[in-house]
Amino acid sequence: MAEALKKENIEVSGQTQIKPMTMNFGPQHPAAHGVLRLVLEMEGEIVERSDPHIGLLHRGTEKLIEYKTYTQALPYFDRLDYVAPMNQEHAFALGVEKLLGIEAPIRAQYIRVLFSELGRILNHILNITTFALDVGAITPALWGFEEREKGMEFYERASGARLHANYFRPGGVARDIPVGMAEDMMEWIENLPKAIGDLETLLSDNRIFKQRTVDIGVATKDEAIDWGFTGPMLRGSGVAWDLRKSQPYEIYEELDFDIPVGKTGDCYARYLVRVAEMYESIKIMKQCLKKLPEGPVKINDYKVSPPPRAEMKDSMEALIHHFKLYTEGYHVPAGETYTAVEAPKGEFGVYLVSDGTNKPYRCHIRAPGFAHLQALDFISKGHMLADVVSNIGSMDVVFGEIDR
Amino acid sequence: MSVDESLTDIAEHVAENLGGAIVSHEIIKDEVILTAQREDICQVLRFLRDDPECHFKMLVSICGVDYPEREKRFEVVYNLLSLTQNNRIRVKVKAGENEFVPTSTKVFSTAGWFEREAWDLFGIYFSDHSDLRRILTDYGFEGHPLRKDFPLTGHVELRYDEEQRRVVYEPVHLTQDFRTFDYLSPWEGMTDVQLPGDEKGAVPQQGWQASDKTVGSKK
Repeated sequence: MAEALKKENIEVSGQTQIKPMTMNFGPQHPAAHGVLRLVLEMEGEIVERSDPHIGLLHRGTEKLIEYKTYTQALPYFDRLDYVAPMNQEHAFALGVEKLLGIEAPIRAQYIRVLFSELGRILNHILNITTFALDVGAITPALWGFEEREKGMEFYERASGARLHANYFRPGGVARDIPVGMAEDMMEWIENLPKAIGDLETLLSDNRIFKQRTVDIGVATKDEAIDWGFTGPMLRGSGVAWDLRKSQPYEIYEELDFDIPVGKTGDCYARYLVRVAEMYESIKIMKQCLKKLPEGPVKINDYKVSPPPRAEMKDSMEALIHHFKLYTEGYHVPAGETYTAVEAPKGEFGVYLVSDGTNKPYRCHIRAPGFAHLQALDFISKGHMLADVVSNIGSMDVVFGEIDR
Repeated sequence: MSVDESLTDIAEHVAENLGGAIVSHEIIKDEVILTAQREDICQVLRFLRDDPECHFKMLVSICGVDYPEREKRFEVVYNLLSLTQNNRIRVKVKAGENEFVPTSTKVFSTAGWFEREAWDLFGIYFSDHSDLRRILTDYGFEGHPLRKDFPLTGHVELRYDEEQRRVVYEPVHLTQDFRTFDYLSPWEGMTDVQLPGDEKGAVPQQGWQASDKTVGSKK
């Protein structure tokens, strides 16, 4: 044995020295949450440096959007963070509305907030359960996905698709929610706290789960801000910052909800923040459903939103507008804006430059996961290999949005 | 104090304190935009981060924009956020094709990947960056895809070759020509362009309200 080690240039005399090793992790690893490739420099089982190689899912979304009209560009946002698609659409819709100088009708705003919060719940269920799966617990995933699937059905009933909704449009939403859906949704939300409570009983006091997450991947307040953390990552580090409260958009100002903040800044704190956020989202959804006003769901301006099909049957103007909107699309006045929303993963922003034509001149997408994953190196330094998995899980990375 | 005034105040406060480093400042859609000298970007960012009236402690994103018709074709846009003042500010610098922009990784740790992205997609060079590799594109990729003169279809395509038992790269072969339709028209109410003979109408307003007749009613 000693001979063999000597041959490989490993000193065994005195204190045993182990040769530093470079290790490849992913892109096919189940705990890589998609197509993450990590090059890890290991000192034994201790991670010295981690170098994430991203871009394996790069589809050139920003380039494609430059060649599409504003209407055609919207579905690309579903395909970014495909775990909570409508929250992305929200940022783009708000950005375009800002440039156009229009505002969605009040009912549309309620519906948007309703679905944004539904998206947040779906996202957090997925993250918590797959995170638990990474650190060795299978049951949460089995239980959580059942509820998640029920939530997805509401996506489907409203937009016609479980994932790629294309539902939020500049000027409102694509169509009104079907009759009876609000009641069904209320019923689902009423029962949801029990399901989340069940997940909590499996994880929150679970000895193994806590051993794998407490004091792992700690980021202090200053570090979190310096590395551009947003969302649960920032709040887990004890910074009370949420765009829904601090820079409220749509109707968030009128709603009553709290912002959960973590204390320790480790993986466990981030898990706790996400769980608490789900209860807050339930609160918001209940309020939205109770208050949901009657009225139009699209702006009454046929230069931006298409006229209803019925009207096209006997109005030439409506027919022309419909045709023009789906070929040429609407023109957006020249200007630029950075519009951000509080997506489940953090601040999702769209930097939109318009040159006055029907296509965006430049559309930069600021994905929260991009900034978070960059910090993996400093967060994992000195941890064991298995803790890297915990860190990735608690960061809530989805490669659709990171690679764009 | 109205929102507009407080925004102007910030812009002027920064311009006063930084003097020559700020070329101009403007407010578009309630967002403050500073244009800075390329060489002084680190100084500007550091001031914005540390000044007690600014406290823009978080760098939200850096991105490039390409304007090929300009003398200095690239713009690098820094979006900053202040958690204590609850404010946003945008700083821009202009850079030519062969000019470098000083790296801001020493001011904000998060700048590293955003600068790599701007280098990868636009070819904007950041000097003193410790690790300026490509980030989003493929290993061995050539060109900078978000430049306006880079074709949407790219230059190479890849497929798995059964005989060689590996992925091979080939020049892009389009079975149908790449099609872009120019739908741009001075459609009524959409643009400020006036067609000859159409002067009789007033200058088009943004938007057009549909008649308030009930939907679907027959005449």
